Amino acid sequence: MKKRFLLNKIILTLSTLSAIIGLGFLFWILGTLLIKGLATMNLSIFTHDLVDGGIRNLLVGQFVMALIATFFAVPIGVMAGIYLREYSNNGKIAFVIRNLSDIMMSAPSIIIGVFVYAIYIDKVNHFTGWGGVLALAIMMIPIIVSTTDNMLSLVPKELREAGIALGGSKHKIILQIVLKAAKVGLMTGILLSFARIVGETAPLLFTSANSQFFTFNLNDQFPSLTVSIYNLATYPDQESKDLAWAASFVLTAVVLVINLGGRYLTRSKHK
Amino acid sequence: MVGKIFKDFSLLSAILILVILVAIFGILYSYASDAIHTFGWDFLTTTTWQPGEDDDGGIFGGYIPIVGTLLATLIAMLIAVPIAMGIAIFLTEVAHPLLIKPVSIAIELLAAIPSIIYGMWGLFYFAPIIQQSFGGSGVGLLTAGIVLAIMIVPFMSAITKDAMNTTPGVLKESAYAMGATKFEVIKDVIMPYSKTAIIGSVILALGRALGETMAVAFLIGSIVKLPSKVTDPTTSIPVLLANNFAEAQDLELSSMFYLALILFAVSFIIISFAKFYFLGRKR
Repeated sequence: MKKRFLLNKIILTLSTLSAIIGLGFLFWILGTLLIKGLATMNLSIFTHDLVDGGIRNLLVGQFVMALIATFFAVPIGVMAGIYLREYSNNGKIAFVIRNLSDIMMSAPSIIIGVFVYAIYIDKVNHFTGWGGVLALAIMMIPIIVSTTDNMLSLVPKELREAGIALGGSKHKIILQIVLKAAKVGLMTGILLSFARIVGETAPLLFTSANSQFFTFNLNDQFPSLTVSIYNLATYPDQESKDLAWAASFVLTAVVLVINLGGRYLTRSKHK
Repeated sequence: MVGKIFKDFSLLSAILILVILVAIFGILYSYASDAIHTFGWDFLTTTTWQPGEDDDGGIFGGYIPIVGTLLATLIAMLIAVPIAMGIAIFLTEVAHPLLIKPVSIAIELLAAIPSIIYGMWGLFYFAPIIQQSFGGSGVGLLTAGIVLAIMIVPFMSAITKDAMNTTPGVLKESAYAMGATKFEVIKDVIMPYSKTAIIGSVILALGRALGETMAVAFLIGSIVKLPSKVTDPTTSIPVLLANNFAEAQDLELSSMFYLALILFAVSFIIISFAKFYFLGRKR
């Protein structure tokens, strides 16, 4: 009899312990970033480019690539999601595409980099910003598809029926009723997937590569914050390591703020 | 008319996904075909990664990166599975209601941190601890495995928690009414009820761990050498790709594509297996 209760206590304590371990690592990592990042941070890194010991070009470059990727991935992803949920009647094609899209979402990101290298970088023979954009967009599309698919499934059937009763054509119902009803959820999904791709490194390593200089020329090597962190962290001198810490702090802060912002958006809607 | 264009565009977008996926397989295969023809299946068991002199092709084998990938993933899974289960149990059955939300958000934030940050933190703060406690150079299989574990825990615990939460209250209540302890309810009611989804989440996390690049690149040591101890440095498929792909040429480049193809095929199989058999078909 007593053994049962003892076992119960042990297991529940262990489970609490694992939660503490998880939180412990979170605070350890964030704490390290905060201390190291703030210690090495000064305003001049935001006004100088990598060549002068700053991160201005890197920050701009990383955002430009992620934003353009979003610009292409969102319409394609949302339209594909609309097809799956509104047009396909849940047939065989929809089943296949939906699951393949999910599988692609979990595919190793370095593979996307290798793929874009083969179809594009290898052909033009030098690294380009567009390569980075393409890799990030390919990563983002399945995430957007899955979000759209889920969010549209939450829109009540009655709303669509009301539209039909008013004599609306299918695409008008989708554009003016269904998408409007799912707007907040979609926005959240887009924000979260943006937060995910903006912190990616592996797909950029041999597509955009990196650049020391400020540029908007996507036909040339393009500055990337994450690739720079990878390079800087392995240089032997302390100055580079410090800059890597400052850059990591900025990157994590941006990613977490967007992430929390996205969550707040959905929460405030349900209140 | 507009409706027709709209519909066609949506169909086209959906088919694009199919096209990309097929293209990835096709392109990887065609670039790898040189290596596939030269080495065949022996590639999987060859331990040499040696570029040849001048025009000589060299010998390339995937055994070491493949073993490195599998071992690092194995270590990560051994550590991550119990912790993720523990967290899921904590969040569904143990935690005070007021704690559930903040703790689950905090754990999910752990998943949002970019992998390169894990790598940097691991290299400068975690590797020295491993070095002090287990010896070695700090970077190696064990360090990479542990940090990988931290990275996949939030993902696994989130799915497991959701699955556990679907257990009907009445089932749990009737077990409690029989005098069962919390652990017995978890073991005999919740676990059997959510078993398939939990296994699915573990396999899905396994797929992620196999392909994780940046954190492992900082921590595994990046040496093409078989490890003899768990603290030894070695390499993995994604890490070999990340570090050597840009400089590789001819047969070496083709061998890299061969490795990429193996990694992609394996993750594809693992993820679809998890999806179809354990996580239910998605409608």
